[in-house]
Amino acid sequence: MYLIVSKKILSQDIVEYTIQAPDVAKTAMPGQFIILRIDSDGERVPFTICDFDRTKGTIIILVQTVGATTYKLSQKNAGEYISDFIGPLGNHTDLTMYKKVLLVSGGIGIAVTYPQAKALNSESKQFDIIAGARNKELLIYTKELGLLTNSPYFTTDDGSFGHKGFVTDVVKQLLQSKTYDVVFAVGPLLMMRAVYNVSREFGVDTIISMNSIMLDGTGMCGCCRLTVNGEIKYACVHGPEFNASSIDWNQAINRSKRFKEIEQQHYCRILNND
Amino acid sequence: MTKAKKNPLLEITLDERQNTFKETTITYDAETAVREAQRCYNCKNARCIGGCPVGVNIPGFISKIATRDFDSAALILKTFNGLPSICGRVCPQEQQCEKKCVKCTDKTEPVAIGRLERFVGDYALTHSSNNEYQPNNSCFKIAVIGSGPASLSCANDCAKAGLHVTVFEALHSLGGVLSYGIPEFRLPKNLVASEISALEKLGVVFKLNCLIGKTITFKNLYTEFDAVFIGTGAGLPRFIGIPGEELNGVYSANEYLTRVNLMKAYLKDAKTPIIRHNRVIVLGGGNVAFDSVRTALRLGSKPAILAYRRSLNELPARSEEIAHALTEGVQIETLRSPVGIISDDGINVSGVEFVKSELTGIDSNGQQNFRTIPNSNFVMSCDGVIVAIGTNPNPIIKDCFNDLRTDSRGYILVDADGKTNINNVFAGGDAVTGADTVISAMGAGKRAAHTIINTLKDTH
Repeated sequence: MYLIVSKKILSQDIVEYTIQAPDVAKTAMPGQFIILRIDSDGERVPFTICDFDRTKGTIIILVQTVGATTYKLSQKNAGEYISDFIGPLGNHTDLTMYKKVLLVSGGIGIAVTYPQAKALNSESKQFDIIAGARNKELLIYTKELGLLTNSPYFTTDDGSFGHKGFVTDVVKQLLQSKTYDVVFAVGPLLMMRAVYNVSREFGVDTIISMNSIMLDGTGMCGCCRLTVNGEIKYACVHGPEFNASSIDWNQAINRSKRFKEIEQQHYCRILNND
Repeated sequence: MTKAKKNPLLEITLDERQNTFKETTITYDAETAVREAQRCYNCKNARCIGGCPVGVNIPGFISKIATRDFDSAALILKTFNGLPSICGRVCPQEQQCEKKCVKCTDKTEPVAIGRLERFVGDYALTHSSNNEYQPNNSCFKIAVIGSGPASLSCANDCAKAGLHVTVFEALHSLGGVLSYGIPEFRLPKNLVASEISALEKLGVVFKLNCLIGKTITFKNLYTEFDAVFIGTGAGLPRFIGIPGEELNGVYSANEYLTRVNLMKAYLKDAKTPIIRHNRVIVLGGGNVAFDSVRTALRLGSKPAILAYRRSLNELPARSEEIAHALTEGVQIETLRSPVGIISDDGINVSGVEFVKSELTGIDSNGQQNFRTIPNSNFVMSCDGVIVAIGTNPNPIIKDCFNDLRTDSRGYILVDADGKTNINNVFAGGDAVTGADTVISAMGAGKRAAHTIINTLKDTH
């Protein structure tokens, strides 16, 4: 059993949890993820490791309510326990070969971008951050990003905070005026593809983080497979980060919708019973 | 019933078999077990023992059943095999011990060793005595990675020798393939849990949600323990490499079975989703393919189809599983090779394109060869495809155990005693051999355990 040490409501749909998981905290690195089960009949759901504290033995995850399990999780409070919590899974972000980095996050993708920014900051590397969301309410960690870099760029679709428009607008501006070795883009599939489409025009590589559907997360089931340079790869053990140019995007987008219908029905049943 | 035939296992009704996940067959009652045990000649030179990968004293435990001394039978059996209820159900006895039985002729069936093992195993679970508990009297600590058959068998024997054993499992549930792979209707999960809890009584400590190489580094493990056994099992599911395998509705057998077995997606209120396809085609012919097709049938695929490249005679699955599948209404299509998976809308599966094949005779390895017949392509419609053609090694092993020697495919290299190239690191089971049977893995775990015990004794 894993203790929920604290809970912070960041917006209507997004909750930040600090979970006691000393083993995971000991080896966690930016870019890795965990899989949890709320209770003994829960499903296994992956979440990015947004932050970790090796001394306190805690892991921070961000939970956005999108379905039955995330809804149920969002109802849990500090002091309560979740049944299973395994990690760190996947390979960590490798920043060693880059000097100037552009980080781009869309929505909950900030959970990957934030620890990347923290790592770059601690290594005193040059980097810029663009964080976007649909509106001000959903744009989280703005203060935290401000502590890591002097001028983070923010965008909202409706203009309620920062630049009105998409992250790609700012990506384009920055790539026109500055040089970067690499772009890291994390967020919804369509957003990551859009960033890639901009940066490739400038000849800059884009690394993205795949949030595929997973079961075990250790390479056993093949559920998270995607086609990378024409070969089958598994997001859980070969990723989750890949060069955006190597991904079959249409396929990844189709595969992400595999259980949408069933999950929507399930979510509706839960909301109606509540 | 003539004495020439095995006493049959009773089965649940066909309707229950087609629509529920209840166990297909029913364990012998005591009377039937005694009757079957009395068929055994109790040979002095018992050839059956040589057919068993863990060398169970078969006539020994069977002769105790014949005299209704079930407690002694259990004691003898468990000396050799810590998981008799499981092995009694999933071992291919017809290829191993029973094949060697002297009764086995054209007219006479061998003694039903597997069914008797299952009877004794189940008896032991319900009549367990606590005298099995042994305190750890050794100063040595053993780490066992994975909790599948190879690991459990290794843990069992090490614990019985008094060593302190800790088993590390990545999933939230113990048993490895026994838990995520083999379906409830063939191996009830409460039974897997019971046999594993018998190991807890031996003092084995189980640590769930711990992926060695990630949660705990191999280096730390190696420093903390005196010996390490790697029993991580088969790895990444393999796909065929034909167009369309990425389509929605195409599953690896591991994904399909994990959803159903480990995550209980067949239950009405399950949180893990499964799509109940109307017409599933399983590609493959081994036990995993049969587990998949029988699962699809129970989830409403009418028909549930299994397509295999060679003929019925070459199906690698156990004959008992093939017979069960046929009785349940599984449609087996042979001599066809898949060349592509087809979609009407570019997103979801709508069929499999096959080419017909024909047998061309047995090669020098004893393998029946086949060739495809040009221009014989045809399409079978379906809305679900399960690929059950085996696995490749998991890259985590190679990535995290830097110096561990593996073959070119990534399988761990060990000697006959289960030793790897790293001092005090041992391995066994599918991580070494690739996909094989439960009992072969248990045999490997047992061999490694004995090497561990002897190696550590020498360092004492």
